[in-house]
Amino acid sequence: MTESLAITKFSDLANPARFLSLTGRIIPWLAGLTLCLFAIGLYLSFTTEGDYQQGDTVRIMYVHVPAAWLSMMCYTVMALSAIGTLVWRHPLADVSHKAAAPLGAAFTLIALATGSLWGKPMWGTWWVWDARLTSVFILFLMYLGLIALNRAMDDPSKAARVSAVFILVGFVNIPIIKFSVEWWNTLHQPASVVRLDGPTIDPEFLTPLLVMAVAFTLLFFTLHLMAMRNEIWRRRVGAQRRLAARMASREA
Amino acid sequence: MSHGFYIGLSYAVSALIVAVLIGWVWWDGKARQKELAELERAGVRRRSSAPAGEAQ
Repeated sequence: MTESLAITKFSDLANPARFLSLTGRIIPWLAGLTLCLFAIGLYLSFTTEGDYQQGDTVRIMYVHVPAAWLSMMCYTVMALSAIGTLVWRHPLADVSHKAAAPLGAAFTLIALATGSLWGKPMWGTWWVWDARLTSVFILFLMYLGLIALNRAMDDPSKAARVSAVFILVGFVNIPIIKFSVEWWNTLHQPASVVRLDGPTIDPEFLTPLLVMAVAFTLLFFTLHLMAMRNEIWRRRVGAQRRLAARMASREA
Repeated sequence: MSHGFYIGLSYAVSALIVAVLIGWVWWDGKARQKELAELERAGVRRRSSAPAGEAQ
């Protein structure tokens, strides 16, 4: 009974009109919460102690790590949406992965740029082609490829199916990114937050890192909902223009 | 170059990318709403938003 109620509630969201009304109520709260967490996170990022080895450069980690985490989480959201498109043909699934691609590209670009800006003073180089950096760069190119693919095809449902297959094939890159630092010798350090034996970072650095990670995650979901809403409106405009063209040709 | 330069540039680049992203999503929403309002004014309505009597 409870399960069928949950399924009914989920399938209710398949109706874009209900989804629009729900997002209209949720977005202002999510945006406000994101703003508050960024204020706290940025305050902590600049008031906590510097590292004994890295000095103040550790503060770059408070934007680099959340952006890198989001670059992978965004792709995972897209992969789940791709399953929604191919298996359940959920009307919002293709809207979801199309709307997420530019967000993923932006967060991956932040991770690459801030990683490079940390690498120069710490490693003495802007870039090395090690497994972690290269696999994240490939992820960035995949996001750009998906954006190009969606823009190149006129039929949104056909574009969604082709993109969904591409996303699911490309998902193999996510575990490669995650475990690249364990499988190969990399200049990039191994995982220090998400580990089976718990984080190895001092709470002084872990607290601002986690607050910034939650702030970035909420920013992603706020922008994702807004971008999905925009995509639904874009499809409505397209449908109404086609309807207007049909009406005009009938009158002629 | 001091470490302060790299830290400042990291936050500035991140803030710029996030600002462009927010601005683009915001502008895209406003542009789509404007297009929908123009179609509404031109009398093009979705079938689901037509008054009950008009649907028959």
